[in-house]
Amino acid sequence: MRSHLAIVPAFNEVEAIASTISAIYEAAPDFDVLVVDDGSTDDTAARAATAGAAVLRMPFNLGIGGAMQGGYVYALERGYQVAVQVDGDGQHDPRHIHDLLARLRSDPQLNMVTGSRFLDPTGKGYRSSATRRLGIRIFSGVVSLITRQRVTDPTSGFRMTSRRGIELFAHDYPHDYPEVEAILLMHAHRLRSCEIPVQMRPRLTGQSVISSSQSVYYMVKVLLAVFVGLFRRRPTMDAGEPAAVSAEPAL
Amino acid sequence: MTELALLSKVTLQRSLAVAVTFGLLVLVFELVRRKRLAERYAILWLLAATTLFVLAAWKGLLTSLSDDVGISYPPSALFAVAIGLIAIILLHFSLAVSRLSDQNKVLAQRLGLLQQRVEEVEAEHAHSAELPFRQRGPVAAPSPADAKDVGEREPLSPVAQELSSRR
Repeated sequence: MRSHLAIVPAFNEVEAIASTISAIYEAAPDFDVLVVDDGSTDDTAARAATAGAAVLRMPFNLGIGGAMQGGYVYALERGYQVAVQVDGDGQHDPRHIHDLLARLRSDPQLNMVTGSRFLDPTGKGYRSSATRRLGIRIFSGVVSLITRQRVTDPTSGFRMTSRRGIELFAHDYPHDYPEVEAILLMHAHRLRSCEIPVQMRPRLTGQSVISSSQSVYYMVKVLLAVFVGLFRRRPTMDAGEPAAVSAEPAL
Repeated sequence: MTELALLSKVTLQRSLAVAVTFGLLVLVFELVRRKRLAERYAILWLLAATTLFVLAAWKGLLTSLSDDVGISYPPSALFAVAIGLIAIILLHFSLAVSRLSDQNKVLAQRLGLLQQRVEEVEAEHAHSAELPFRQRGPVAAPSPADAKDVGEREPLSPVAQELSSRR
């Protein structure tokens, strides 16, 4: 068994799932692939298994947070050292997996590396609706302010975590719309994360997790969670953990 | 004299309403902070508590609102709004409970199927072993009743134990 795992959350991605898995195997042959089928009503799980992935079948739709956490629990139990999230719809280009891995390896203090759509040096930014970009910008500002480091793409789900990150997320992961809160969770536990530029492709099939009617709830829920989080005491470290990088005052 | 008494009574009512609604706001916030209440269920409570707090604290708003709908006694308007908001919250929770019981049913079914499947696989495994079933000793050849016991009392993995202890 390999020590690296690609976790692929998928909900009704029957068209894209097989090509996503084979693209991961091709671009990153040193990664095992786990598909978390989040209660799909189509053939997603069977296609994924045929394509050679391990499949976690959720008995009903848990939402992306619950599905992802299932993947992290799997990674924790099986002793994986590195886990990367790759969306099942083909948006995340698996060729960037090794960029993420190289960055994670380059600094032993790092616990999470996120692929950002907005750091692209070639200037080909991510195309999206104005409201979505505005939402991302608001989250980006808030998260940057709290973590005191520049976070350009807090909603990106293309991220890689170290063993420490796997342990954290297996125990505590936000339930719905988890990406923004996960960065702050990392920060609260004094784990370090950073971003590298990636290009994302337009999704092959399926629809965004976030429909326009849900986006208001998304904004309110995440901002509430972020705000309340400011009043939580940062967890004390467990014995044997590496020391905090800097003695920041508790937020 | 009576006017003064009435005034102080009204003021007392208002400050009581303000204190209670503010207390509700703080309570909901604190429950979310302690992760006892999920954000998804806190939003409606916060909305309701904020509305009631504003109505209680802002005298003019409540008076003009009750005048508009023909309620002569403004605190009644506050009660009416509170009942409306609580009805919405109750409906929301009824929906949540329905969804949960649905999911719970599916979970139980999946677990039952899984348990049956594990027992089937275990039985196949036992039969495929070289020695006949009965000669493998009491530990290796559990009776069907024992097998059921094993399924029920299977020790949790360390991770599952830790996860369940945190709940």
